[in-house]
Amino acid sequence: MSVSKNGMVFNEPLLFELKSRGKAGMDLPETEIPLLDGTGLLAAQHLRGAVAIPSLSEPEVVRHFTRLSQWNYSVDGGFYPLGSCTMKYNPKLNEAAAAIEGFASAHPYAPYGCNQGLKRLLYELEQDLAEISGMDAVSLHPAAGSHGELLGMMLVVAYHKDRGDHKRTRVLIPDSAHGTNPSSASIVNLEAVTLPSGPNGLIDLATLDQMMDDTVAGIMITNPNTCGLFESQIKEVCDLVHARGGLVYFDGANMNALVGVARPGDMGADVLHFNTHKTFSTPHGGGGPGAGPIGVKSILAPYLPKPILVERRGQVQMDYNRPKSIGKVRSFYGNLGVLIRAWTYIKTLGASGLREMTQSAVTNANYLKARLKDHFDVPFVEQRSMHEVLLTDKKQQEAHVSTMDLAKGLIERGFHPPTVYFPLVVSGAMLIEPTETENKETLDQFADTLIELAGLDHETLAAYPKMTPVGRVDEVGAARKPILTYQG
Amino acid sequence: MEVRGDLKYTEEHEWLQLEGDKVTLGITDFAQDKLGDVVFVELPEVGTILEAGEAIGNIESVKAVSEIFCPVAGEVIEVNKQLEEEPDLVNTSPYEDGWIVKIKVDRSDFADAELMNDEEYQNHCAAE
Ligand SMILES: Cc1ncc(COP(=O)(O)O)c(C=O)c1O
Repeated sequence: MSVSKNGMVFNEPLLFELKSRGKAGMDLPETEIPLLDGTGLLAAQHLRGAVAIPSLSEPEVVRHFTRLSQWNYSVDGGFYPLGSCTMKYNPKLNEAAAAIEGFASAHPYAPYGCNQGLKRLLYELEQDLAEISGMDAVSLHPAAGSHGELLGMMLVVAYHKDRGDHKRTRVLIPDSAHGTNPSSASIVNLEAVTLPSGPNGLIDLATLDQMMDDTVAGIMITNPNTCGLFESQIKEVCDLVHARGGLVYFDGANMNALVGVARPGDMGADVLHFNTHKTFSTPHGGGGPGAGPIGVKSILAPYLPKPILVERRGQVQMDYNRPKSIGKVRSFYGNLGVLIRAWTYIKTLGASGLREMTQSAVTNANYLKARLKDHFDVPFVEQRSMHEVLLTDKKQQEAHVSTMDLAKGLIERGFHPPTVYFPLVVSGAMLIEPTETENKETLDQFADTLIELAGLDHETLAAYPKMTPVGRVDEVGAARKPILTYQG
Repeated sequence: MEVRGDLKYTEEHEWLQLEGDKVTLGITDFAQDKLGDVVFVELPEVGTILEAGEAIGNIESVKAVSEIFCPVAGEVIEVNKQLEEEPDLVNTSPYEDGWIVKIKVDRSDFADAELMNDEEYQNHCAAE
């Protein structure tokens, strides 16, 4: 059953299920190094026997993965309004830049003074990100947004420790925050304390005033927050935290609502991360390489991971002489291929283009809100949405139609669903982020479809999706009784 | 939504039943309905000493992970091992087979804890 198909929808077996024995596709030359028999060198329990790795020919493997890739939904294939993830189109120019020979084959152990072009690019990217965010210094080392969060919180800990302030063991985190915020804080042994939002979905200054004492190392804020609302008292929040000796961590996941218009550094942030795969059009890894640069104010700069890039006599060099540095969080200088793509995006758009990007992203979200607000419950409807709009299934509940039903219906109609059931503070949440990529026709198609689905009954929706290679999957069953290894 | 007259309730939607110096704790029908299909329950170790208001474990549903709190100080004397195999008991039988832990408490601590009766809890849910 090496090629089993159902029309053009391939019914793809696992590699393990392809008949594989004795079909090795590669002919390797005899090795010149004498082979040793392992027995006697290692105790028997450390030796493994034959491993059941499939052995297939090159075209079989290529076809297997190509067929699987054709099942994917991607931003190159259609609208992908996954809230909080900023699934914007990734221009192909980014790929061309990253493929330039001098970049693609640069070696981290090249002799001293080499790779000047690449280092110059990284240096410029650091400066651009600092300018965009209003911070004093940037580190490109972290390999994801959450990795940037972890590094940021390590710097907060290093700062208090360096000042001999040992009582600050807690971090305040609004209840609408992304789960990575409390987990980053916990990993550096800080206690994550939930800061309840006010009735308008924003941070409540009076509550903060009560909770912000000298055991608090800092606050982690997402702005716009995960409900897509701008924290209008951000300056007061930061001032209060600073006045009591704490630092402000700014989750930059939602920078697509700010770039070129407002700067976290001016609002009072001490440290923030960027998600280059959101704001700056680098690929969303799917487990592959990512980048989550962080920006800091000068008070935190001494603790940044080393080396840092410095410019001396017209050359960009790596400076390892950083006595207060927390050390390394990633080998070499981060995931360069990703950083080259982010640089390309920034330079392609330029300052005015970046500002337009933000304005279009916010306009698109508010257009969808205007189209949908009579058909769906919109929490905090009186406040302006930023780059994403939050709906719930409250109006549909009487007909027993839930957010999950609507998400499956959208798949049936060829759209990627929005983020569902997040943020947790809102029951039945649908977080829709169109990004600047989409034009009015696409937004209208999506809005029409969502309105049409909301008029269907639960039974119809429960049967969706039908037109996909795999129909409705048993998510509950998969989570309750996961099968994690091949049961051949 | 089912609320039982013989139980006490917390704001975080746990129910408690006192028998002698033993408290049985679970989550309410309202809570299981909000959470959706429960896929995993993380239970504490028997013998764990709890402070009042401490988290005793987690409930994971297809939508979210939530902590389970115990409003009274005490010692965990039994956990519902059945939930490791059948976490859906929390959905299908929240007040019976889906109980989560049994805790040995001081009766006076229980009397002092801020708990609601069925009527107060019903109002609390209506306000959510
Ligand atoms: C608000 C928020 N913070 C942090 C993160 C973590 O970023 P990353 O996925 O790059 O680790 C995300 C990711 O989706 C997010 O939405």
